[in-house]
Amino acid sequence: MSYRIQVRVMPRTGLLDPQGQAVEHALSALGFADAGGVRVGRAIQLEVAAASRADAEARARQMCDRLLANPVTEDYRLEVEES
Amino acid sequence: MLNVAVVRFPGSNCDFDTLRAAEAVGARGYFVWHKDVDLGPADVAILPGGFSYGDYLRSGAIARFSPVMQAVQRHAAEGGAVLGICNGFQILCEAQLLPGALMRNAGLHFVSKPVDVTVERNDTPFTTEYAVGQRLRLPVANGDGRFLATDDTLRMLEAEGRVVLRYVADTEGSPYQPNPNGSAAHIAGIRNAGGNVVGIMPHPERAADPVLGLTDGRGFFTSMAAWTPQPSTAKVHSR
Repeated sequence: MSYRIQVRVMPRTGLLDPQGQAVEHALSALGFADAGGVRVGRAIQLEVAAASRADAEARARQMCDRLLANPVTEDYRLEVEES
Repeated sequence: MLNVAVVRFPGSNCDFDTLRAAEAVGARGYFVWHKDVDLGPADVAILPGGFSYGDYLRSGAIARFSPVMQAVQRHAAEGGAVLGICNGFQILCEAQLLPGALMRNAGLHFVSKPVDVTVERNDTPFTTEYAVGQRLRLPVANGDGRFLATDDTLRMLEAEGRVVLRYVADTEGSPYQPNPNGSAAHIAGIRNAGGNVVGIMPHPERAADPVLGLTDGRGFFTSMAAWTPQPSTAKVHSR
């Protein structure tokens, strides 16, 4: 079975996110002063062959813990769907 | 003679400067490629600055899994001296040889200019030639230079005296911006618990020769040259 994994990596809550701030300022300059709390993260998509959805997710979690996210500075969220 | 392995990754760009600075103090320097699985007869391993693997994903994140990093891990575990400069520091953090991480500069700009830092430890293999409290003027050149760690880790680094270099907070007498990347506690460099692994953001190899305009970084290399490898590493090297 093949599963498509969507990984969303975000700077950990509470940490300074200068990219998010810069984007927020730019939005404000464009007239979107109502936008707030902007944070910039990273989306990673991959496919994994696994026996079950749970196996695919467990595998993806290992990938995140080892490489895709930095546990010191980032949190991640996974979405798994059959592909 | 001291053997110094300069580890090159695809995208390293301070490798020649570092090799030259090591050779200038009488060490035998040589390059080790990221695909190599050992460091040869190295007493000291230096991970130079640059943009290993294009800084893809996160600075240092891909380099960390290079075959040569297994050898660097072994070298460090055996008490061998390891210095990570800039991108090398980022790699050492990603490899968990040093705690914390280096994030995008608070001001978002790539910062390339001299800074003033204070030496806080002179008992590492790379800082014995300095006095504690000595102020150095060294260049930084980084986009991801903001040192960050959990509050617990920061407390531990302070309690164990593991901050090696700190940006000068008081700019009095210094024309340069303090803490140019927004690092926690103004940290510019740290060491591991054993003291043999050191990571710093400033570039001493770019300040090690009068023709470069600055010479304060030379002490990192003269310290290294004066450093005596621990017996455990000497044994490993004799096999």
